[in-house]
Amino acid sequence: MIGAALLDAPARWGHLDWALAVVTAWLLIGVAGVFALRRLKLVARVLFPIGGACGLLLFGVALSAIGAPPEASVLPIGLPSLPFHFRLDSLSAFFLLVIGSVSAGVSAFAAGYFRKGEGTPPGLLALEYHLFLASMVLVVLADDAYAFMVMWETMALSSFFLVTANHRIVEIQRAGYIYLLVAHVGAIGILLCFGVLQANTGDYTFANMRALELSPFWASIAFLLALFGFGAKAGLLPLHVWLPEAHPAAPSPVSALMSGVMLKTALYGVLRVLFDLLHMQVWWWGVLLLAVGLATALFGVVFAAAQVDMKRLLAYSSIENIGLMFAGIGLSVLFSAYGMRPMAALALTAVLYHVASHAFFKSLLFVGTGSVLHATGERNLGKLGGLIRFMPWVAWITLLAVLASAGLPPFGGFVSEWLLLQSFLFSPGLPSSFLNMLIPVVAALIALIAALAGYTMVKFFGVIFLGQPREDKLAQAHDASGWERIGMLWLAGGCIGLGLLPVQFIAVIDPVTRILVGAGLGKTVGDGGWLLVPVSIERASYGPAIFLLGVAASFALAFLLVRFFYHGRLRRSPPWDCGYPWQNGRMQDTAEGFGQPIRQIFEPFFRMERELPSPFDTAPHYRVKVGDHFWHWLYLPVARLVKRLADLIGLLQQGRISVYLLYGFLTLVTVLMVVKQ
Amino acid sequence: MSPLVGQTINLLAAILLMLSFAMISQRRILSLIHLFTAQGVTLVAATLLVGYATHQPHLYISAGITLALKVILIPLLLHRVIARLDVRWDVETLINIPTTMIIGIALVIFAFNLALPISKLSVSIARGTLGIALACVLLSFMMMITRSKAVPQVIGFLSMENGLFFAATSATYGMPMVVELGIALDVLVGILIFGVFMFHIREQFDSLDIRHLEKLKDD
Repeated sequence: MIGAALLDAPARWGHLDWALAVVTAWLLIGVAGVFALRRLKLVARVLFPIGGACGLLLFGVALSAIGAPPEASVLPIGLPSLPFHFRLDSLSAFFLLVIGSVSAGVSAFAAGYFRKGEGTPPGLLALEYHLFLASMVLVVLADDAYAFMVMWETMALSSFFLVTANHRIVEIQRAGYIYLLVAHVGAIGILLCFGVLQANTGDYTFANMRALELSPFWASIAFLLALFGFGAKAGLLPLHVWLPEAHPAAPSPVSALMSGVMLKTALYGVLRVLFDLLHMQVWWWGVLLLAVGLATALFGVVFAAAQVDMKRLLAYSSIENIGLMFAGIGLSVLFSAYGMRPMAALALTAVLYHVASHAFFKSLLFVGTGSVLHATGERNLGKLGGLIRFMPWVAWITLLAVLASAGLPPFGGFVSEWLLLQSFLFSPGLPSSFLNMLIPVVAALIALIAALAGYTMVKFFGVIFLGQPREDKLAQAHDASGWERIGMLWLAGGCIGLGLLPVQFIAVIDPVTRILVGAGLGKTVGDGGWLLVPVSIERASYGPAIFLLGVAASFALAFLLVRFFYHGRLRRSPPWDCGYPWQNGRMQDTAEGFGQPIRQIFEPFFRMERELPSPFDTAPHYRVKVGDHFWHWLYLPVARLVKRLADLIGLLQQGRISVYLLYGFLTLVTVLMVVKQ
Repeated sequence: MSPLVGQTINLLAAILLMLSFAMISQRRILSLIHLFTAQGVTLVAATLLVGYATHQPHLYISAGITLALKVILIPLLLHRVIARLDVRWDVETLINIPTTMIIGIALVIFAFNLALPISKLSVSIARGTLGIALACVLLSFMMMITRSKAVPQVIGFLSMENGLFFAATSATYGMPMVVELGIALDVLVGILIFGVFMFHIREQFDSLDIRHLEKLKDD
C-alpha cells in the first residue's frame, strides 16, 4: 500500500500516510546505518541530520492533523489475517507533535554528540535510535492491541539496546537488565488490560473496544491493569526503580528521548485507555491516580534534591514531573466522573501542556548534561563547577531549561503548573465534601513539590555552572559543537515558545480535550486577547508577554541605575572573601551540602548509610550513600522469593534419567486416572 | 466375523502381554532384542488379522511397515550396536526383578480398569484387547525407568511404541495413514539418534551406564 502510494502523487496523501512515510524514512535511515557500521562521519553528519529533518516533517504533519477528522488505515504486515490497524486522531496527533519536534532537536544534537570508541558502533546506534523513534510513532498510531503491543515491545527493546550502548560496563549491564525486567512486567499488565477490554469478543481492534460497554467491575480491573502497565513505563511509584538506573547509563541524547518522549507514550496509553476505550470514569479512579501521582511527584523531587549525579538528578526530576501529570489526569477523571466537563478539560489541558513543556525542557537538560559529560568526563556534581566560563553556550541554553523546569515565568513549565494549580482551585465545586476537604491539602502538596523542584534546579545549575571549578581539568572543557548548538537552540526555542504563546498552544490542545472529555478551553482561553484566561477573566489571567516586558524593563532599569548612577565602575574582585588568605574551589557549597537540609527534613524518605570520620582521623573521609527504601522493602524481598521458588523447582532436577522418566510415568498415570473419572 | 478370528486376536494380545513381562524380567540385552523382535512379529500378525477380518486394506500397509521396521531393520541395527559396543550380557536393574514384576501386575490391573469404560464405547472387534495394549505401554514405560543402561532403555521406548500401535489398532482400526507413516519415520530417526548418543556416552564415560549422566546436572 505504501509502495503504491509512493508512486501516486504525494499531494493526495493524508496525514496518516505522511506520518507512515516518516516512519519508513526513519527505518531506511536505520538500515543505512547498518551498511555504514563504523563510518562515524557519515552516520553523524548525514544520517542523524536527515533523521532530524524527518522529525520536523512529522511535527508539521502532526500540527495540521490536530483537529482534522480521524484517519485510519490497515497495513497487511505482521501475521496473515491479523493486519496492523493504524489510526490518527487528535490525541495521536498531539503526541506525534511532541515526538516529532523533540526528536528533531535531539537528532540534531546527536549529530554532534556520538564519538568514536563508545561501545556500540555508530551505525548500529543509528539503527537502534531510529527504530526507537519509529516504534514510538507507531505506538501512538496503533489502533489494535496487537500492533500496539508489537510496537510497544519494539520500543522497549530498541531503547534497551540504546541504554546498554556501553555494554562493557557492569553497572550499565545491571541498569539495562532492571529496565528490561520492569518494561516486560509492565507489558504483561498492558496485555491483560487489553484482554479485559475486548471482553471475550476475540476482536482486539480499538474500534471494537470503543464500541463495547464494560461493567464497572471489569472497567475498574482494566483501569488498574492499565495503571500498572503504563505506570511501569512512566516510572510511577513503586515501579520507578529503573528510571534512575537507566537514564544515567544511556548516552545523553537517548536519555533525552527516553525521558522527554518515551515516558509520554505511557501517558498516552493511560489517556487512550481511560478516556477513549473506556466510556466511564469512576471517582475513586481519580482519587487513586491523584494519590499515586502526588506520592510519585513528592518522592521524585525529594530524591532529586539529594542526588549528586547530575543525570540521576534529572531522572528523579522526571519521576516528579510524571507524577504531576498523573495527578492532573486524576483530577480530570474526578471532574469528568461528576460530569464537570469544562473543569476536566482544564485539568487535562494542564497535563497535555506539561507533557509538551516537560518534553522540551527535560530533553534540553539531558543533552546539556551530555555536553558537560563529554567536555569533562564527569557526571558527579562534586567534581564540576564554574563551567559557565568554559562552556558559555551550554550554560546559557541550559539556564533556559532550568528556569522552565523550575516552573518560572515566562517559560512553558510555569504555564502548565499554573494551569494545574488553577484546576485544583476550582475543585471546591465537586459534589463530595470528603473530596473538597482533600483537595486543598493536595494543592498545598503541589505547591511544595513545585518549590522543591525549583530548589533542585538551583542546585543543578549552580553546582555545575556557577562558582569555581572544583577540579583543575575543568579549565580544559570545550563548548558544544555546531550541531549540538543547533539541537539545543531548537529545544530552547520550544521552551520559550511554549512560555510565550500559551493561548495559541492551548488552541492546539483544544481538539484533543474535546475528543477525550467533550470540552475544550479553545474558546474561553483567548478572551483576554494576549492574556491567558483559563476560565473567566475575573478569576485569573496570565500574560506572558506582559510579564516578560515587565521583567525586562525592571532588569534594564536596575542595570542602568547601578551602572550609571550608583558608582559606575566595573571592578573584579573575589566576592565575600572574608579575610581568608586563600580560597579554592573545594571551599564552595557542594552538591551534598546543598541537598543536606532536604535530606534532614525528609529523612524518613531515604535509606542513608553514613560514614563519619573519627575526630582523630588524620585523613578524614566522609561518605554518605542515599538509598531507596523500595529496594529493600519491595524489590529485594520479591527477588528473594523468586529465588527461593526457583531453588525449590531446582530440586526436581535430580540428574537421573530414571527419575525424569518416573516424573513422566507418574504424570501419565495421574492423567489417565483423572480421565477415567 | 467368525469367533475364531476374535479368539485368535485375543490370543495374540495375551502373547504380547506375556512378552512384555518377559522383557521386564530379562537381564540379558541379546535376549531382550529377541523378545522385542518376537513382539514385533506378534504385532504384525495381529494387525494382519484385524485387517483381514474387517476388510481394511490400509492395515496391511501398516503391517508391512511394522514388519520392515520393527521385525527386520531395528533389531538388525540393535544387534550391530551391541556388537560394536560389546554389551551383550550385562544388565543391571535399579529395582530388583521380583519387585518390578509385582508393580507390573498392579499396572496391568490398573490398565484393565482404565480400559473398561473406553472399550464399551469402541465398536472395534478387538475392543477387549485395549486394556492389554495399555498395559503393554505402561509396562514398557516402567522398563525404561528401572533399567540403568542405555540400550535396554531404547528397547523399552520402542516396545512402548509397539503397545501404542496395538492400542490404536484394537481401539480404532489403526491411525490415519499419514500419522502412521510419520510415527514410523520418527521411530527410525529416533533409533538413529539413540545410536549416536550411545556411542557418545560410551566415548565419554567408558561405559553405557546412564548414571554417569548425573554429573551433567547443574548445581
